[in-house]
Amino acid sequence: MDNIAIVGVGQTTIERNKLGDTFADMVFEATQKALEDAGMTMDDIDNVITTSNDFWDGRTISTMAVGDACGAGMGKNMSALEGDGTFSCFYGMTRILSGVYGTSLVVAHVKGSESENLLITNAIFDPLYMRPIGLDSLNSAALQMRRYMTKYGVTEEQCAKVSVKNHKNALKNPYAQIKKEVSLEDVLESRLIADPLKLYDCSPISDAACAVIIAGDDRAKKAKKPVWVKGVGYCADSYFLGDRDLADALALDMAASKAYEMAEITDPLEEIDVAEVYDAFSYMELMWYEGLGFCPVGNGGKLIDKGVTEMDGKLPVNPSGGLLSGHPVIVGGMIRLAEAVLQVRGDAGDHQVKNVNTALAHGINGPCGQSHCVWIVGR
Amino acid sequence: MHSGEGEQPFHYAIGRYGSKFLSEIRDNKQFYGIKCPKCGKVYVPPREVCGPCFTKMTEWVKVADEGKLYSYTILRFAFLDPETGKQKPVPYGYAFITLDGADTAFQHFVEITDESKVKVGARVKAIFEDKRYGKITDIKHFVIID
Amino acid sequence: MGKKRTAIVATGQTHHRSSRLDVNGIELINEAVVRCLEDGDLTIEDIDAVVIGNMDHFEGINYVDTWSIDGSGGFMKPTFKLTTGGTTGSTVGQSGFYLTASGMFDKVLCIGWEKNSESDTTAAITTAFDPIWDRLVFAGAIGGLAVEATKYMSEYGATEEDAAHVAVRDRTHALNNPYAQLRKPITLEDVMSSPMLSDPIKLLDVCPRTDGACAVVWANEDYAEKICSRPAWYHAGSVKHPFNLLGDTDLTTLVSMELASKEAYKKAGIKEPLKEIDVMELYLPYSCAGLSWIEAIGLCERGGAPRLVRDGVTNMDGELPINPSGGVIATNCIGATALLRMAEAAIQVMGKGGDRQVPDVETAVATGFGGCFWSDISVLRSKKP
Repeated sequence: MDNIAIVGVGQTTIERNKLGDTFADMVFEATQKALEDAGMTMDDIDNVITTSNDFWDGRTISTMAVGDACGAGMGKNMSALEGDGTFSCFYGMTRILSGVYGTSLVVAHVKGSESENLLITNAIFDPLYMRPIGLDSLNSAALQMRRYMTKYGVTEEQCAKVSVKNHKNALKNPYAQIKKEVSLEDVLESRLIADPLKLYDCSPISDAACAVIIAGDDRAKKAKKPVWVKGVGYCADSYFLGDRDLADALALDMAASKAYEMAEITDPLEEIDVAEVYDAFSYMELMWYEGLGFCPVGNGGKLIDKGVTEMDGKLPVNPSGGLLSGHPVIVGGMIRLAEAVLQVRGDAGDHQVKNVNTALAHGINGPCGQSHCVWIVGR
Repeated sequence: MHSGEGEQPFHYAIGRYGSKFLSEIRDNKQFYGIKCPKCGKVYVPPREVCGPCFTKMTEWVKVADEGKLYSYTILRFAFLDPETGKQKPVPYGYAFITLDGADTAFQHFVEITDESKVKVGARVKAIFEDKRYGKITDIKHFVIID
Repeated sequence: MGKKRTAIVATGQTHHRSSRLDVNGIELINEAVVRCLEDGDLTIEDIDAVVIGNMDHFEGINYVDTWSIDGSGGFMKPTFKLTTGGTTGSTVGQSGFYLTASGMFDKVLCIGWEKNSESDTTAAITTAFDPIWDRLVFAGAIGGLAVEATKYMSEYGATEEDAAHVAVRDRTHALNNPYAQLRKPITLEDVMSSPMLSDPIKLLDVCPRTDGACAVVWANEDYAEKICSRPAWYHAGSVKHPFNLLGDTDLTTLVSMELASKEAYKKAGIKEPLKEIDVMELYLPYSCAGLSWIEAIGLCERGGAPRLVRDGVTNMDGELPINPSGGVIATNCIGATALLRMAEAAIQVMGKGGDRQVPDVETAVATGFGGCFWSDISVLRSKKP
């Protein structure tokens, strides 16, 4: 695959509460930044895809709030995806590959500040069997973390190391929400949220928007700073938590295999230079190492013990600080992709990893990482 | 078998543009629109972007508290108001009003005691509440003035 | 990779009812999926990717794509959700074209569904609109459409009786469709004497609310003719969402449909739509739309639709039959509604319409409507593009 490139990215700062901004204001900011980054104007955009969620936004047809802010108001052909931004970027890419459009602008937004996180995530669960028990994003993650630790002997310390690493990385990312150095003790002694999850194992509630511009063929070749799409895959697992072994990320394995096959990657640890993965919780990053094939199944804890994924390690993971330092749901994976693009270009500023040729970005959707999307981008 | 009922609370941000609009209604009973530097269209309610031009708007323009009915309907069927969870009181007049000086329609109630006067093109005027809180309901409704 | 020709090769739908208490949403979805796979003599193993759509607040389910995996067949497959309001079904339907044409997938299953019985439909639709500027007075689809009808009638002198002819036509067509929800004949008098809901819309002018689902399979040119002897090839499409606040809309005609149809006709090489199109499945959620919107889609000049409809041009035996399925006025499971239009257009091209088949369909057009007076259009043909 060498005819599709990401030619522009833009993101707002991630904040706890962007009270002065409506959804449209945030999307307009991200869109303008992406256009500027690509050296394009809205006239260069052939079609638009928004990414939002009606529950998070508190409105049915949540895409309607941002149409003017991303060019739909100009009568661009458009579509709207509900889920993580990595999935909408995939759809944006296929719309180019179909031969109908030369470029796609893909935007995503969320304002976690406007709703009740636990009620919204409770509504992800089945209304008859799971919702009445009170499942939400936190306690379902705690169940998964417990199962993962039990099955593979991963420790709370190993999980905490992810939080320490990502918080440290975030200090150098101007867009990050939480810029605070935390020690292993800070994480382990932080307030218990849902056993064994502690406060610093969890990502915060956030507001942000992101925009990505994708181009094909000649339009990509003419771009100022094209970053080429080498491979993409996505896949969904079972819905009911009891139908899955929560310690294993089979759908991620499948999505990554597809992306690696397209990108002709056989040894991800050797061939990928940097990865931005969906660390909604500290333990998740370790699980995703395994699903992405950075280490054998069950060895995520050992990988971080060896320092492999630190900024100066063999395969730095989340140099941006990841979601633990700012977690705009829906937007989360798209920011991972934008960060991967910046890394390949060498434009990541203070959190730039040296000599990046190939970068990986990862997004998830559904409870406990039910669905995964994996992108490989490179020079 | 039914599964039960649900509700979700939200704290919608109105943003900088909407805040200015509602503050002016509250403090001065003054309507404001915003003008596109490119096409010249005056939008009420105000917002940051002119959709058709994809252009940021910054020029605030005073518009009248009078205008004409662009279109309307009279709601007669009972339905649940999602903002309150209760039945919305019907009948009521639902109006699209083009305020003098504005190019888009502003939506609000139009008073319907004499239905024969409610017509497309009719002149209307805003009636404000005495106590105003910076909410859209600071405007009580519009009345037909001709 | 990329740029493959692609077609709808199979369709499936539930028998639509006002309430389906016998199934939950996942089972309802599965009913349409199974029927669709049967139509194409396919199994779920043949499907490379799944796209699903509805509107969260009608059923109160967040993350519907992941919740519905067991019913949709998306287990361990690429799956995502698209949603754009009333146009959700056509948004989902068109995605099947892009995904198969891209070369990333050979066969894609697209599903639209809704269980409108599970919430208050008007309240849920009201939450689609801006919480500050729209919701105080907005009253779901009926209120918004009534404001449009008032404007159109005042502009062109069309009457409530003109509109009633559309309702009678679509309900008459529905008698031929075994899947339609409302299959009882109505007369002009019935419409005119039905209770006024929101001036000038009366009860029999508007669509019902429905529990139902629809699925279609798209296949690229390597597979299409092996699955279906007469596939419905995608020739052109367009999506226009030019307005985002209700007060910005021009209600004298459906601007979005005017833009979308012009673009699609140009791509498909259609110059005289009334003559060149053999059948249309239009998303007409209420009777007056059957006047104003067919002007926007280019069947006649502005203000000319009442005559066209009264002359029977759009009846089953007319020059251009509209809504042989009975349309939205007979069945409206919202997230499925626009996909049903696309499926019906495909069925007509395939020649599988049974009692509702229009003879010799070579070109069929389907539309979607929703959001803030948004439209889309798809042109399907029996001939390979």
